[in-house]
Amino acid sequence: MSKQYETVIGLEVHVELATKTKIFCGCSTAFGGEPNAHTCPVCTGMPGSLPVLNKKVVEYAVAVGLATNCEITRFCKFDRKNYFYPDNPQNYQISQLYLPICRNGGIEIETVAGKKTVGIHEIHMEEDAGKLVHDEWDDCSLVDYNRSGVPLIEIVSEPDMRSAEEVIAYLDKLRLIIQYLGASDCKLQEGSMRADVNLSVREAGAEKFGTRTEMKNLNSFKAIARAIEGERARQIELLEEGKAVVQETRRWDDNKEYSYAMRSKEDAQDYRYFPEPDLPPVVIGEEWLAKIKSRQPELRTEKLARYKKEFDIPEYDARILTESKHMADLFEAATAVCGKPKKVSNWLMVETMRLLKEAEMEPEDISFSPENLAKLISLTDAGTINSTVAKEVFEHIFREDTDPEKYVEEKGLKTVHDEGALRTVIQKVMEENPQSVEDYRNGKEKALGFLVGQTMKAMKGKANPGLVNQILREALKA
Amino acid sequence: MELMSLTALELGKKIKGGEVTAIDAVRDALSAIEAKEETLHSYITVDREGALKKAEKTQRGIEAGELTGPLAGVPAAVKDNICTEGLRTTCASKILCNFVPTYTAEAVLNLEKAGVVVLGKTNMDEFAMGSTTETSAFGLTRNPWNPEHVPGGSSGGSCGAVAAGECSFALGSDTGGSIRQPSAFCGVTGLKPTYGTVSRYGLIAYGSSLDQIGPVARDVADCAAILETIASYDRKDSTSVNRAGVSLWGEEGSSGGTGADGYDFTSALTEDVKGLRVGIPRDYLGEGLDKEVERAVFKAAKLLENRGALVETFDLSLVSYAIPAYYVIASAEASSNLARFDGVKYGYRAEEYEGLHNMYKKSRSQGFGPEVKRRIMLGSFVLSSGYYDAYYLKALKTKALIKKAFDRAFAAYDVILAPAAPTTAPRIGESLTDPLKMYLGDIYTISVNLAGLPGISVPCGLDSRGLPIGLQILGDCFQEKKMLRAAYALEKAQAAEGETADAQLENSISPDKPRKDFRMQSSRKCFQYMGLGRRDAVLE
Repeated sequence: MSKQYETVIGLEVHVELATKTKIFCGCSTAFGGEPNAHTCPVCTGMPGSLPVLNKKVVEYAVAVGLATNCEITRFCKFDRKNYFYPDNPQNYQISQLYLPICRNGGIEIETVAGKKTVGIHEIHMEEDAGKLVHDEWDDCSLVDYNRSGVPLIEIVSEPDMRSAEEVIAYLDKLRLIIQYLGASDCKLQEGSMRADVNLSVREAGAEKFGTRTEMKNLNSFKAIARAIEGERARQIELLEEGKAVVQETRRWDDNKEYSYAMRSKEDAQDYRYFPEPDLPPVVIGEEWLAKIKSRQPELRTEKLARYKKEFDIPEYDARILTESKHMADLFEAATAVCGKPKKVSNWLMVETMRLLKEAEMEPEDISFSPENLAKLISLTDAGTINSTVAKEVFEHIFREDTDPEKYVEEKGLKTVHDEGALRTVIQKVMEENPQSVEDYRNGKEKALGFLVGQTMKAMKGKANPGLVNQILREALKA
Repeated sequence: MELMSLTALELGKKIKGGEVTAIDAVRDALSAIEAKEETLHSYITVDREGALKKAEKTQRGIEAGELTGPLAGVPAAVKDNICTEGLRTTCASKILCNFVPTYTAEAVLNLEKAGVVVLGKTNMDEFAMGSTTETSAFGLTRNPWNPEHVPGGSSGGSCGAVAAGECSFALGSDTGGSIRQPSAFCGVTGLKPTYGTVSRYGLIAYGSSLDQIGPVARDVADCAAILETIASYDRKDSTSVNRAGVSLWGEEGSSGGTGADGYDFTSALTEDVKGLRVGIPRDYLGEGLDKEVERAVFKAAKLLENRGALVETFDLSLVSYAIPAYYVIASAEASSNLARFDGVKYGYRAEEYEGLHNMYKKSRSQGFGPEVKRRIMLGSFVLSSGYYDAYYLKALKTKALIKKAFDRAFAAYDVILAPAAPTTAPRIGESLTDPLKMYLGDIYTISVNLAGLPGISVPCGLDSRGLPIGLQILGDCFQEKKMLRAAYALEKAQAAEGETADAQLENSISPDKPRKDFRMQSSRKCFQYMGLGRRDAVLE
């Protein structure tokens, strides 16, 4: 490859909003349930039914728009996107084309290449479709409208990204913002966040964009990164061979690591968009906007700065803690109880992360209470238990949210501070290990560690290690 | 059949007074249906058992003092594009030939709450697309005044049923004149409310931004009372307007409008029109307007003038743009609204097909009639990429300009008086051969829908063939009361005039020629005469 190529990427990200009810009717958005259990005349497209906009959807969309520095469209409208498919009961989707709720925003991302801003073209509100079930029947497909009418926002970026790293950084930042807002849980695997990648390549330095393709079916950050690499290589190969890139929609198969053409621009549908006559324009007044603004929670960037200042913890710690809203909340709550931010942070960053990794869990899945973590820290600080015991107790807290005070009491794990008892045990350990005693006396400092270990073992780990050390040294000198 | 010659309010009063029961009323209506349906075909579905059962229950409610409204126990018909739970609702289309709704439209619920008994579902143009009730997949409806003529449309079944005494009143829907024009052709009184006054929840949409449900009745007082019953602020319809003046989301932003003027429409029923400013659009007169219709409209104007109204003609402007704008907007909305009829979830599905797209194609090709297909194609075309600005957007701008023209008019006049249609009811078969000509017949009614205004169609005489002539009185948005007052005064003036005319008539009529020279005095009188002559017409 002689020429240098630049990849140009824009994203369309669909996010399922965390409302209790659907966007245009009162049906539950709860996941699961018998097929068509969460349906009514509106979300099954029964004749004569009419949509009524869920106010919370507007508030979430505005909140996301504000957090991504968008202009809020104060007079916005819904439009109908017309296309036939059985998962879409009305054969049109209520969406926004002409006056989307948010426009002209952008967020700052950071990669090894440095900081840059990725522009957000628009954010619009729309309804999700139902689900077709093909598998179990030979002669027909069935349709489940439980997801029909679940609220979505679509966040359309500018073609500002140039690499898979930038795309991941952008998605990660979006995910964090939206999770912090509580507007969605943004789980790619479960489909509550979906990203379509628009990608083109051009010779380095070229001004004009190349022909782009749109890639769908990307359900993890890893798949997105692989798909970008794959598509970049495919397009460059075409150009190198003197062939043209065809504007088309492609479906990524992450197992085969290859994308397949779904439909080309020629057979792209004409959606015949027009203003939705069943919904009046949404007017976002000054007062309402102010109310939504006042409810905006602290976002990650602000939280990061505050943690460094307020809790005096290193940048590194603050980053890991704020990587998940849930983790950050836990940190603050536990710190509020025990007043030891650095210690809370250590437990979360080291032991918690280790156990999460072992159990293949996400920080959002942490289920223990901040009170129990705070209690554990107090027990350790007071010398009631030593650090070895503390780690053991923490595993129970992590798994079952055990109350550490009760647990330590019940299992008799309190550190022994009784010197007399300790001296007896040490005497016994020395008698049983004469070689080590001699080694130490001959200047082998290492032998002390062995003897401390044997003593701790004999004490079932409950001894105060400092005290053991001190008494053992005295005894060996004698 | 005696009871079906009363107005709904008169019948309600008799039932309330214990003179007759709700069951008697339903029986009378059912026997009228029995006698006349074979000829007229006003109904697609008659719910005999359901209506009788309901009448018994209603009667108990009345006797227990639970149902005290003026329409309690009165039997009514409902246009077949308004959903009724458990009662087939077809839109007069093959594609919904087997559709039984799981819920009842808000307007019908409001009627039921008031103790009205639904008799059945009336015939209409397929999906309310048409002006003659000839495009119904269930066969056409005939005009009770002369079965060789159409009843008008699209609410031809509702208007015909009221005119023929097959119910006390009916609900229709009006997208471009579908209540007012057939009311005129059938000699009954029909009202199209201000857009947003009656909930559209449960009305199977044709042109969503234009559709309104309204009453078809024997006189103005009935229309006012029925409107008072069916009008409501409904949170299930986002275009519903709270006429008490509160918006959907309170102070926090808005979605939907508000309007004042309240819901107490019957309070407007006074004869006082002194100083009422009445404008007649010159643009509606002249070319295309039948001379007999024009004379009848001016005669009505004179009656109002005699009672102290200030009548003059004026230039409304933009009238010629209303029809193209209407057909672009209504068809565009229809092409999308009717997309859901695809054979997947309910309604008709082709028997043989290969794969999904073939199933769509066949079900829709076989399920829709030609007029519906024509409008779906027209609507799809005007919304197509590259044509949207030239057609749909331009039509929306025209709509806004038409509204402005009416705003100017209502700054000068309290109400507008106009013919309801250029002619009286055409003969069966005459209109369908030339759809464009049929579209032009809507010229006086459709601007009202484009501007969202209320309009009431009131009978104003018969033409030389003995067919009813109707006029419309239009009000500004939310000014139903002024409109009702003018219509009520006109009706009273017609009746007063008629009393002398009745006397003349009685002297001139010979028993063997009951209908020949009869002149119509009011919609109610008109009905009584019609009832007298109807049998002969059927036998001919």
